[in-house]
Amino acid sequence: MAASKTFKLIGHRTINTVWRIGTATRFFILTLLYSGTSFRRFHLIIKELFSTGVMSLIIIVVAGLFVGMVLGLQGYETLQRYGSESALGVMVALGLVRELGPVVAALLFASRAGSAMTAEIGLMRATEQISAMEMMAVNPIARIVAPRFWAGVISMPLLAALFSAVGVFGGYFVGVIQIGVDDGSFWAQMQAAVDFREDIMNGVLKSVVFGTVVTVIALFEGYDAPPTAEGVSGATTRTVVTSSLAILMLDFVLTAIMFRGN
Amino acid sequence: MSLSTLVEIRDLNFAYDKRPVLEGINMTFPKGKLVAIMGLSGCGKTTLLRHIGGALKPTKGYVKVDGQIVHELDQEGLYRMRRKMGMLFQFGALFTDMSVYENVAFQMREHTNLPEEIIHDLVLMKLHAVGLRSTHSLMPSELSGGMARRVALARAVALDPMLMMYDEPFAGLDPISLTVVGDLMRRLNDALGATSIVVTHDVQESMKIVDYVYFMAKGVIVAEGTPDQIRASDRDFVHQFVHGEMDGPVPFHYPGGDYRQDLNLRT
Repeated sequence: MAASKTFKLIGHRTINTVWRIGTATRFFILTLLYSGTSFRRFHLIIKELFSTGVMSLIIIVVAGLFVGMVLGLQGYETLQRYGSESALGVMVALGLVRELGPVVAALLFASRAGSAMTAEIGLMRATEQISAMEMMAVNPIARIVAPRFWAGVISMPLLAALFSAVGVFGGYFVGVIQIGVDDGSFWAQMQAAVDFREDIMNGVLKSVVFGTVVTVIALFEGYDAPPTAEGVSGATTRTVVTSSLAILMLDFVLTAIMFRGN
Repeated sequence: MSLSTLVEIRDLNFAYDKRPVLEGINMTFPKGKLVAIMGLSGCGKTTLLRHIGGALKPTKGYVKVDGQIVHELDQEGLYRMRRKMGMLFQFGALFTDMSVYENVAFQMREHTNLPEEIIHDLVLMKLHAVGLRSTHSLMPSELSGGMARRVALARAVALDPMLMMYDEPFAGLDPISLTVVGDLMRRLNDALGATSIVVTHDVQESMKIVDYVYFMAKGVIVAEGTPDQIRASDRDFVHQFVHGEMDGPVPFHYPGGDYRQDLNLRT
């Protein structure tokens, strides 16, 4: 009896999950199809770029600085054992542009901008604003969802790049100014070892993928949220949890593809 | 469908999963009239309104608006139809990230190529009609419930619709706002030459302004007539509803088991 109940529950959850993935995919395709308005009226995207990108600047800059400083400290601690502290710049820069920049910035973006998007759209649904828009013959996916989607996709790589840049200065501050690693070798080795296509472009590509995934999850959860207080709060939680897990899993997959054998 | 009819509903049936919500509804909404659909919460009034707006598809029957069967329209056709409709939602549903001005200008900007100066004048005229011209720079969060409802009304009539739909327009309003909103609905209907459908359970306020009333219960029409006919109706349900009596065909107690048994009393 208990086994049959468990079996039913697993079956129900599986069907539910597959159903949601299908609905989210359809939602993503519709978002792409209805993106024309956003590009014809670019000010709609600019308005959203402000709330998703510009408003996330402080958390990204502060987090980037501290992550860079920690990298500087930990990196020096390890490298000096092998007498390679002059390679600190390389370690900080590669760690940031390949991994920590895209990943940590995306995690912060999911919790700062993603949760806000879900809550905003969920509340728009709960207060019938989306129904009102549909009744006014305006497609809410074109008018509300698509501009936010493109704002997320555009701002994520920029935020990740900023995170990495500030992080490098954090590492420089701790490694060179505080500890006394040689200034010239810090920058020169970094310049020699970091490859634009292999490292920087792959990092940018990662953050574009993360930006797309986080924004789609956030928008879908908000759009699909039950129109109640519990519905919106549950959707906001799901956005942060699902997108964080998606970022980390995708990071592994992308890293395995991009940096195999390097 | 005669020329003087704007909306016609014939044998409309609708079910959520297998639970019937609307059964065999027949209604006619003549042009220029303000018609109320009344009934208890959950009797299917809002579902009916959603069928007229094309948000739901019937399981049987049809809704015809301006000669076109709504559920047979494709998305483009439906949107074209909706441009001729206005809807006031229960709590206004103003866009909270836009000012009062932008809310009223929304449809004009989305559906027309009017220059900004003309939109400016039109918005102020619409706001003036609902008595709120000076609130144009405020955000929806700065408005009272009654004011928000009036701004939403100005937004709904922005493109001079031929059909206005009101979903519980009187819910939660103070007596002054109630009268103001009711009066505006009547005046705007007559000024626009529109047809209005009001879904409500506010008997007293709506009876003052409407031309005809449909009474619904459990998904079917149980009575219809002019406000005077409804007031004089001797049907039990209508009498209880119009006079707000506690007990009658709609019982005070939710149906359940024997009270004595629930209290474990011996007879």
